[in-house]
Amino acid sequence: MSSMTRGTQSIYFGEPPFILSSGSVVGKKEGEGPLGTQFDMIDETNMFGEETWEAAESTMQKQACLLAIGKAGLKPQDIRYLYGGDLLRQGIATSMGVEALQIPMFGLFGACSTSGEALALSAMSAAAGYGDRILAVTSSHFGSAEKEFRFPLGYANQRPLSAQWTVTGSGAFVVGIERSHIRVSGVTIGKIVDYGLKDSQNMGACMAPAACDTIMRNFEDFGRTGEEYDYIITGDLGYIGSDILHDLVKKKGNDIADKHLDCGKLMFDQQSQDTHAGGSGCGCAATTLAAHILPKVASGEWQRILFVPTGALMSTVSYNEGESVPGIAHGVVIEHC
Amino acid sequence: MAQTLEEKQKQEKAYQQYVKEKTPQHNVFANMCKAFLVGGIICTIGQAITNYCSSRGLDDTQSGAWTAMILVLISALLTGFNLYPSIAKWGGAGALVPITGFANSVASPAIEYKKEGQVFGIGCKIFTIAGPVILYGIVTSWVLGLIYYLLMKVGVQL
Amino acid sequence: MDYVKAFLIGGLICALVQILMDRTKMMPGRIMVMLVCGGAVLGFLNIYDPLVEFAGGGASVPLLGFGNTLWKGMKEAIKTDGFLGIFMGGFTASAVGISAALIFGYIASLIFEPKMKK
Repeated sequence: MSSMTRGTQSIYFGEPPFILSSGSVVGKKEGEGPLGTQFDMIDETNMFGEETWEAAESTMQKQACLLAIGKAGLKPQDIRYLYGGDLLRQGIATSMGVEALQIPMFGLFGACSTSGEALALSAMSAAAGYGDRILAVTSSHFGSAEKEFRFPLGYANQRPLSAQWTVTGSGAFVVGIERSHIRVSGVTIGKIVDYGLKDSQNMGACMAPAACDTIMRNFEDFGRTGEEYDYIITGDLGYIGSDILHDLVKKKGNDIADKHLDCGKLMFDQQSQDTHAGGSGCGCAATTLAAHILPKVASGEWQRILFVPTGALMSTVSYNEGESVPGIAHGVVIEHC
Repeated sequence: MAQTLEEKQKQEKAYQQYVKEKTPQHNVFANMCKAFLVGGIICTIGQAITNYCSSRGLDDTQSGAWTAMILVLISALLTGFNLYPSIAKWGGAGALVPITGFANSVASPAIEYKKEGQVFGIGCKIFTIAGPVILYGIVTSWVLGLIYYLLMKVGVQL
Repeated sequence: MDYVKAFLIGGLICALVQILMDRTKMMPGRIMVMLVCGGAVLGFLNIYDPLVEFAGGGASVPLLGFGNTLWKGMKEAIKTDGFLGIFMGGFTASAVGISAALIFGYIASLIFEPKMKK
């Protein structure tokens, strides 16, 4: 068997792995956004029947998993392994959320790049024969994230124009060996990229260098340029981060401005929903992928896309102690078949 | 492709400068006007309360105390009804600078952290935002007080 | 007339702080600390009381006024209690403001639930 590795950071898969199904669950603001009708489930209360933001996020994850599993015609016991993560301390939203499913699991932390990380690991596991069906899931919730990283929700502060709105949403994906119309043909695992920014209110700028690094690495490892992709889709660089990404990529001799989409920009209507620089959070990329991007790949409208969610690797402690905010980005090549 | 420390620092500085140029800012003048309006209104309400207290025969200190208390109460209520954040979104510093901003910074964690219990939620975290204000206010006045006391001892009157 | 003065001076102080908020990356907590400490220092230098005389609520309602109140209480306590006064004056003067914030904040927690931002 020939080696599956490509270049320094990438892996090429034959067929499998395939993405068998996906589930997307979101809150009120997301449901009112441009992608609103495409999500599987919207909860106007943002609470999913729970009493706390954290429990709501957990239940949201569980719902997304059950939706994805159900759409593939499966039951939780049919899933071999689960890769999941979220933004909260100790990954608590995931642990509490997937507990009921009783699937052997790996808890991940990639900040907002977790959907890429989970999908990559799921694809790798399925391709290597470690399991026939693997579940990848991630989530974020505006309430739990604001409370942990910024301020209590009732606190009256003015957000800068660079601030982004954490998406209340969860996306789950069943990756497996059975044929579907969507395959994961390759992954480029990102490394941490730090340009020394310390502004946690300008996440897009903190993460753009990592996105550029992974995209360029993907091109080099697979011997491609932007031409081979219908779209290159980042997770939550937002408006400012996207502009910066285009500039950084231009400096490296490429131009992806026409082919670049960003889930943070797609998620909300900037003007009417007052979301400043765009959506953010693990759930932003995951739900957009599930609800908006995968259907277009399945139908053949898009033949090949590069999904590159980015994460800002900071903690409240590191921020207070004056550390910078480095970024990481994982690339997943998704193709129609 | 390893970088030397010097190269890395140069790159970081250049990037920070570039990001500063790329990042849009609020229209400062427009925000100043809104802050002026909101802050002015809150202070005028305070003045009205003080005037009313004086008219009832209270001295300056007592009027000031009643004004502070009532403004804090109003702010706590507006925080509970999720209205104060909207005022601050529009008015910025106009909502932060008056004592109502301080009250909001105490009421909002109290409401948020009640889910974590009376002692470890509200009790521990009610001062999450306002703690530094009290600490450094007391410390600063203490330092100034010490200076005043020593000067007094040496015969200098302030 | 005193309403006009309160409005103008209070508004002006807020407008100036707005510049800080927009032009620097200073977080609200740091700004509040600056205002209280600044008020205490201005009170110590005898600059703030005249402003309160002139503008009433416009000077006493902003957190600068809170700092000034801290200083005035400190001064009084030192006159009455000497050295011990340095440890008494601050909290004594700010008692009403801090107590009200704690008590009404706590009562609010009993009545209200946390709500999503709009």
